[in-house]
This record gives sequence, C-alpha cells and structure tokens, in this order.
Amino acid sequence: MSSLNLGKRRKMNRFVIARTLPYIILSLIGLLFLLPLLWLLFASLDQNATLALKIPSALTLDNYVSTVTNTDNQKSFGNGLILAVGQALLVVIVAGLASYPLSRYQLKYKRSFMYIILFATGLPITAVMVPVYQFFIYFRMQDSLFFTVLFLTASALPYSIWMMKNFMDSVPLELEEAAWVDGASIWTTLRLVVVPLMLPGIFTVGIFAFAGSWGNFLVPFILLQSPEKLPAAVTIYQYFGQNGLVQYGTLASFSIIYTIPAVALYIIGQHYMSQGFSFGGANKG
Amino acid sequence: MEASHPRVSKPKRNGGGEQWRAALFLSPSWLLLLLFFFVPTILTFYFAFTNMALTGATAAKTEFIGFENFKYMFQDANFRTSVWNTLIFLIFSAVIGQQVMGFIIAVLMNGRKQWFRSVIGSIVIAGWVAPEVVCAFVWFAFLNDTGTVNAAIESLGMKPVAWLYTFPMVSVIVANIWHGTAFSMMVFQAALGDVPKEVEESAMIDGASAWQRMIRITLPMIIGSVTTNMVLVTLQTLGSFTLIYALTGGGPGMATETLPIYMYHQAFVNYQLGYGTAISLMLLVIGIVASLLYMRMLKVKL
Repeated sequence: MSSLNLGKRRKMNRFVIARTLPYIILSLIGLLFLLPLLWLLFASLDQNATLALKIPSALTLDNYVSTVTNTDNQKSFGNGLILAVGQALLVVIVAGLASYPLSRYQLKYKRSFMYIILFATGLPITAVMVPVYQFFIYFRMQDSLFFTVLFLTASALPYSIWMMKNFMDSVPLELEEAAWVDGASIWTTLRLVVVPLMLPGIFTVGIFAFAGSWGNFLVPFILLQSPEKLPAAVTIYQYFGQNGLVQYGTLASFSIIYTIPAVALYIIGQHYMSQGFSFGGANKG
Repeated sequence: MEASHPRVSKPKRNGGGEQWRAALFLSPSWLLLLLFFFVPTILTFYFAFTNMALTGATAAKTEFIGFENFKYMFQDANFRTSVWNTLIFLIFSAVIGQQVMGFIIAVLMNGRKQWFRSVIGSIVIAGWVAPEVVCAFVWFAFLNDTGTVNAAIESLGMKPVAWLYTFPMVSVIVANIWHGTAFSMMVFQAALGDVPKEVEESAMIDGASAWQRMIRITLPMIIGSVTTNMVLVTLQTLGSFTLIYALTGGGPGMATETLPIYMYHQAFVNYQLGYGTAISLMLLVIGIVASLLYMRMLKVKL
C-alpha cells in the first residue's frame, strides 16, 4: 500500500515537472525575444536614452513630440504612405481584375499563367534590383515616387494574384448567376455581388501589399535619390548610420511610430487570415 | 433551364465575349508584370554578359563581352568569400536557426494555456512584424559597445565585447533568427494543429515516450510543412539585404558580405553594373532552382 503511494508520488513529481518545464523554457525564450524590443520602448520614453536597456527615470512623450513635429520626418512618413497606399490600392485593383477571369472563365492559357505567377512569387526581388535600376535609368524613371509605386506593385502582383484567385474561387458562383438571371450586367454583378463577398480577400491582399512596401528599404534606397522623396525606412537608416551624432530616444520614437502601422495592420489582417499559415492551396495565406 | 445549367449554356452564349473580357481584365497585370518584372529579369541575363559601368572608360559604350564577367568571378576571392558567407548565413540563421527555434516554440506551446500562448506568440511575432530597418536598429543598440548585452556583462564583472566587430557573422545570424523565427513558428503551429489527437493518444496508450511520439509520429506527419517551410525560408533569406546592410554594411572587411551585399557594392559603390548583374544572375539562378523546388513540393493542382 505504502510503496504504491510512493510510486504514485514519484509519478506526480515527474508529472509536475513535465507540466511546468515548457512554461519555464518558453518564458526564457520569450524574455530573450522581448529584451531588444523593450529597449526600444523604454528609450522612446526616455529623455536621456542610452543604448543600454534601462527604465527611464521620468517617463516623457517629448521624444514623440519632437519626432512628429519635425517637418523632415513628416515628409518621410508622407512619402512612405504615398508608396505603401499607392501600391496597395493598385495591387488590389489590378490583382482583383486579373483574378476574376482566372477564377471564373475557362482559358486555354490559365494553367501556364498561374504557373508563371507561382514561380515568380519565389524569385528574390533583390536579385533583379541592379537590372531594374539600369532599366529605370535608361527610361529616365529613376527618382520618381510614381514609377517606384509601379515597380512595387509589379513585384507584389505574383503573390497577390495568387491569393486573390484563391479567395475568388471560394466565392460561390450561384449568387452571380442569380444576379445575371435578374438581368444585371457584368459590372453591376462585380460591384454589388462579387466585391462585397470578396472583402476579406481584398483586405488581406491589401494589408499584405501595404506592409510589404511600408517596410521595404532596398527598393526606395536604390530607385529614389532626392532626400525629399525618401520614405521613413530609408530615413531611419540614414539617422543611425551617422553614429553618435544621434539622439537615440528620438530615433527610438521614430522607429516605434514607423512600426505601428505594420503591427496594427497585422492585427487587423489576422482577423481575415483565419486559415493562417496552413499550406492548403494558397501559399502565403 | 438556362439558369440551372449555366456552365453548359454560358460559353455557347458568349464564349467569344468571355475571352475578350478575360484579356481586358488581365491586361493591366500583364503590362505591369512584363514591364517591371519579367523584362528586368530577362535583362539580367543580357547585362551579365556586358561590361556596363556607371563611370570610367566603359561607361560611354557598353559592349558584349561574353563570359568575361564569369571568368573574373571565379577568380575573384571576394566573390568566393561572399558565396561562403551567404551559405553560412543561410544555413545557420534560416535553415537551422529559425526552423529549430520555431519548431521548439511551436511544440512547447502545444497544449499550454491560451493566455500564455498568446503572450509568448505576440512577443515572437513582434520581431517579425517590425520592419527590417527597425530590427537592424534594435540589434545595433542591443549589441553595441554600450548596449544592453554589454551592460549586463559588465554588471557581472566581465569585460564588454564589441560584438559587431568581434563576432559580426554570429551577430547578424542571431539578429536574423530573432527577426524570422515567427514565420516558422506559425507554420509549425498550424501543422501541429492538424495532427489528429487520436493518433498521439493511441501511441501514448501503447507506451510510447514523448520523444518517440515526436520522432515516430508527429515529425513524419508534418514533414510536408517542414520541407515547404525550408524552401520558403531559404528563398526569403537568400535575398536578405536590409538587416545585414544596416547592421554591419557587410563588414568589418568582408566578414558579413553576402551575395546581395556584394552585388550592391559592385554595382552601386564600384559602379561595375555589368559585374554586379553577373552576381545577381547567380542569385537569380539559385532563386529559380529553389522556386522550382518549391512548386514541386506544393504539388499545386491548377
């Protein structure tokens, strides 16, 4: 009887360890992941921020105020918005138009088109930046926000068309047919039936595209030269490139303001990307 | 009658119209992709065989020089160094680092309390959602001579280390693991969620240990996700430029000069656009192979 109890207790002990160990390991990993970010947050709230993590002696929003009121910073956030919003809108429209026939019609070249699209999603954009730059120089398109938006759009199209077509496939055809029977034209059907049903897909693609170009450093870094056209991504780099001359607190608050749209959109986007990262058909959502 | 058999009757009514409309709807995509994606990709193949330069004697007229760039490339010790660096960075930060870290987190999270999972998950994802330049800045501060790591070391009575100069490759690898782990973690979480509970439970009843269950049951069931993730992570890391460039600029010396950085330096700092393109062609070819592999693995049915 007593030996049975002992065995039970030993089992209980192992059970407790097995239950708590994952919590301990995960907490440690979480702490290691958190520390670098925590510095950013504390430094942004500290008037005398250094490069080491320390709790600010007095919390202040001064860094944020001076970041936001600086006209150069406003300009660079504005440029970032022009690039990201312009590209996201264009991507949604162009990919949305393309996905309709790809999803609904029987086209001879559909298979090859989709294969090309899928293939292009994999290509690293970095690898084409040098020829793209030459191409831009040759046609005098360099240092232009407009052409940079067009390039960003094109580079986001492969995965956007792929995602959009998969979303479109999941919208039932019956509703469209009902609208046709009632005499609606193709445009009316698109506008009043397809687009509302596609909203989650449209938002997901738009958010993906926005986040991609908002965070993009290399493309504007190579295609834009004038200081007044550079987006926030490049401005941050230029700030902390000039080592030592910089107010780390201000730069930290700049970084946080610059990161907020990406985080906010991710949280909103999660709502639409319920299937998440399961590779069931679509590759990136 | 027509409404109930639309698939049969529609093409007869306006099959030709459909083709035209399809062409119309697809034309903006085609135009943009052609102009800004496929033409530059094809140009890569051409420019790589020229002596194009931004300054100097050859800047005025660009000539076709055959395989000269590639001949030079294979004798170029710096090129070999950057290929080696790319491999080290790729294998240790992505293939091993992000995947193993992501897998460990995903496995340990499986079955934990919901609030705990969301807290840890959010922290890891924050490093992934943050733009690469911000990640570079954060790690620049973290590993700086007067940064958090050194402050901690000093408080233990040890001498501070100039991490970015003494261990530059280790530094960028750690920073990239921090930045990229969330992706692998989410892929593995989704994959583990798809493993039926019954299978694991029956193995448990049969007396299989946790380790045996992991190796014999769980891993084989998610191996598809592992390989797909491997290719995706490889493709993402292959083109990785910003994090390394902003953190170390490829230095000190050639210590963290990966292919994208070397390509940038040759094309835009030394103004050797032809040679820079030849290097990007190498990147592109590796990317094409990985991309074809990826399509193979997805086994997409169109």
